[in-house]
Order: sequence, then structure tokens, then C-alpha cells
Amino acid sequence: MSNLVRNIIRFAFFILFQIFVLGKIPPLHQFIIPYLYFLYILWLPFKITRSGLTLLGFLFGFALDIFTKTPGLHAAACVLIAYVRPFLISLLMPKEAAEIGYSEPSITSMGFVPYAVYVLVLTILHHSYLVFLEWLHFGSFLYFLGKVFATTAISLLLILITEMLFVRKAKYRTNVA
Amino acid sequence: MRNVFLFIARFSNLLLFLSLQVIALSMLFRYNKFHQATYMNVATELTGKFYVRYNNVETFFSLQKQNERLRQQNAELLNRLKEDFEIPDSSKQLVTDSFRVDSLEQYRKYLYLPAKIIGNSISAQNNFITLHRGSNQGVGLNMSVIGAQGVVGKIVNVSPNMSVAMSLLHRKNSVVAVLKKGGGFGEVTWDGKDPRFVTLSNIPRTIQVSKGDTVVTSSYSDIFPPGKVVGYVQTVSEDKSSSTYNLKVKTAVDFYSVQHAFVVKNLQKAELDSLLKKVKKD
Repeated sequence: MSNLVRNIIRFAFFILFQIFVLGKIPPLHQFIIPYLYFLYILWLPFKITRSGLTLLGFLFGFALDIFTKTPGLHAAACVLIAYVRPFLISLLMPKEAAEIGYSEPSITSMGFVPYAVYVLVLTILHHSYLVFLEWLHFGSFLYFLGKVFATTAISLLLILITEMLFVRKAKYRTNVA
Repeated sequence: MRNVFLFIARFSNLLLFLSLQVIALSMLFRYNKFHQATYMNVATELTGKFYVRYNNVETFFSLQKQNERLRQQNAELLNRLKEDFEIPDSSKQLVTDSFRVDSLEQYRKYLYLPAKIIGNSISAQNNFITLHRGSNQGVGLNMSVIGAQGVVGKIVNVSPNMSVAMSLLHRKNSVVAVLKKGGGFGEVTWDGKDPRFVTLSNIPRTIQVSKGDTVVTSSYSDIFPPGKVVGYVQTVSEDKSSSTYNLKVKTAVDFYSVQHAFVVKNLQKAELDSLLKKVKKD
């Protein structure tokens, strides 16, 4: 399966999973909202151009917004992490590894600790911005902190489960493909 | 001029990022207007198709509960039938009723249109309900949505075959409500915390309120038919800053599992609106 086809399928899958599976979970507490959809942006291939990545982030977030009837909310957060992603990758990945070239970020391609930092930073960034935008409408500072903390914890748990369930084969980027 | 182009070329990514942020944020902060925007109609129709598919499966698992609920509502309606009441005849002369059978139809104020709920959220801060009935089937903006047990919400967006209602569980939602046992005139809002409870505020402390009292819609509303149950008082607390109560109200509708609702059309609203408009102008 080519990279393009795989990512198009993932696009639809992540949106539908977020809406029809995670969105249907009865709320345990007002702080706990299970978010997993943004993992799509984290899993996009390395070699995508930066402007393409930012645009794709907007499209992806907006696709979710159409379902949740909150135009712009998730789009803004997705654009932010899509924009920050290349900076973070160049910070965390050693130069040589980037040149050998795996196709997309994963534990095998980046190493466990760099990948964990990569996921953690982008998750916190995404949730902080998302909750911050909500906080502008209502809520207190305690609400902001509590919700960022709780949703981040839940998201990390979900990402961990997803990584264990769907082991992605680390594919080398070749000149042929 | 050349420097300007160089600047744009150098910071193209940053500029793209900033402009996308501006687009997203402007949509977010003017989003009440965006409900009326045409592209939202298209989006409602599109996402509605997905919701219908999902709902076909979902409804199957709650059929029994829904049946039970509809049976209860049927029983309640049957008990209101004229035939169920009989008082000893006290009339002394026979009068022939010369009215048309449906003589009251022209005075009808509220029309109930059944609609299936195909999409519902409760975990967000602003929750919406998607209904499988749209403008082709007589749904319009600002009509109320009433479930079998009570108030559900208000229509905010309509497409040809689907419509979106702002649920009671929405930050900007406000329903004028009264206590059923009389007195009090307040506003029902949601604090975004627990989807089982809403808040009734502005009820003066001169009124005796106790746990379990019924909260119903007021006749002052031009959207909701009067006397529809909003919920039942759960806890009574006093608002320190004013002489009113803050009542925690348990919603009559179980938002976790609501499946069927009625869109209620106020047939006299156009006349009322034009009258109010005239008054405001003078």
C-alpha cells in the first residue's frame, strides 16, 4: 500500500473513530475527554513539505470540526501542532538517522525516548491550546489546568494502547519509491 | 519591493501558519453566525449521512428502553382522552353542535412534528443534536425540540433533510422556565459540568421551593409550548449576591439515551413577531 493511500485511509479512520467511538463514551468527569484523533498528524511521513503539513493539519482539524459543530476549534489546534512538528523532529532526531530515512515517526525510527518526548510535547501543546480556546469562553484557571492535565493523561494512555495494538513496520525510505 | 518578496518567500511557512490560525479563530469566535452560513448547511447534510448510518445500528440496542418510554407517553396521552371522563348529565335541553368537527384547527398554536434523533453529544461544552428532518419536512429555525419526557433543545441550523438543534446542554442555551406549583420565573442554563443537571436561576426567595418540585416551560416563551417538563429540583441553594435561589435541576430527558423527539412549530409566531417588531419601532 502506498503512503498516500495509507494516509487517506488513516484520515477517515481517525475522524470516524474519534466521533463514533470515543465521542460516544459516556463522560466520567467534565475534565476527561478522550482525544486520539491528532495522532494522525503525529504519524504523517517525514518527507511531507512544511506548508503541506500545515495545510493538511487545518483540513484534518476542520473535518472533525464539521462533525462536532465547532468550526475552527480543532482546526486551530491541529494547525499549531502541524506547524511545530518539523521543528521538534529536527531537534529530537540525530542528523544521520534522518538521512538514512525511515518513512514516518515511530518508536523504531526515532528511538523510544525521543519518540515519547515528541508525543508528549505535541499532546500537551494540542490540549493546552484547545482547552485555552475553550477557557476564553468560560471556566477558571483551575479548570484549565485540570482539564489539560486530565485529557493529556487520557490521550497518552490511548496513544500507548494504539501503538501496542497497531505495530507499524518501520519502513526505510528508498530512492525507488 | 524585492525585499518584500524575499521576506514573503523566507517566511512563507510562518505566514501560512498565521493565516490559517486567523481563519480558524475567526470562524470560532463568530461561530453563531456560522450556523447560518450556507456551507454549514452542506456540512450538516454531509455529516448527517454518517450519523444516519451509525444510528441505524445504535437504535437497535436501545429498542426496549425506547419502547418503554413511548408506551409511558402513550398511556399518559390516552388518559387525557375525553372519553375517559364522564360526569353525571346535568343538562336540561338538547343542543345540536353545529361546528365543524375540526373547528379548533384554525386556532392551533403548536404543531408537533415527529423526528428521529440521529446524532447527539453530551461530553462537550457545547452540545448539539442532529435530527433526521429538515426544511423539506417543515422544520425551520428557532423551533423547539421536545422529547417524550421533556424539553430537549432548539433548532439552530436546517438543511433540506436534516437539522441541528442546540441541546439544553449548551453553554449559550437559555430556556425561560417556571415552577409548576406556581410562582417563580427563571432561566434554565447549563454550567458545562454534569450532563444530568442544569441550573434554574432568578427564582425569588419569597417562594417556597423543595426538592422534587417540577420545573416546566413558561407561557412567556414564543418557542416552547407552556407546561413542558424541563426537570425536577435536585438541590436548593441561595445565591449570596441577590435575593434569589440557584436551583440544581435534574433534566427530565435522559440525554445519554434520547432517540426520538418532536420538533414543535409555533404557528402563531409570525404574527407575534411582526407585532413585536412594530412595537419596537414605535
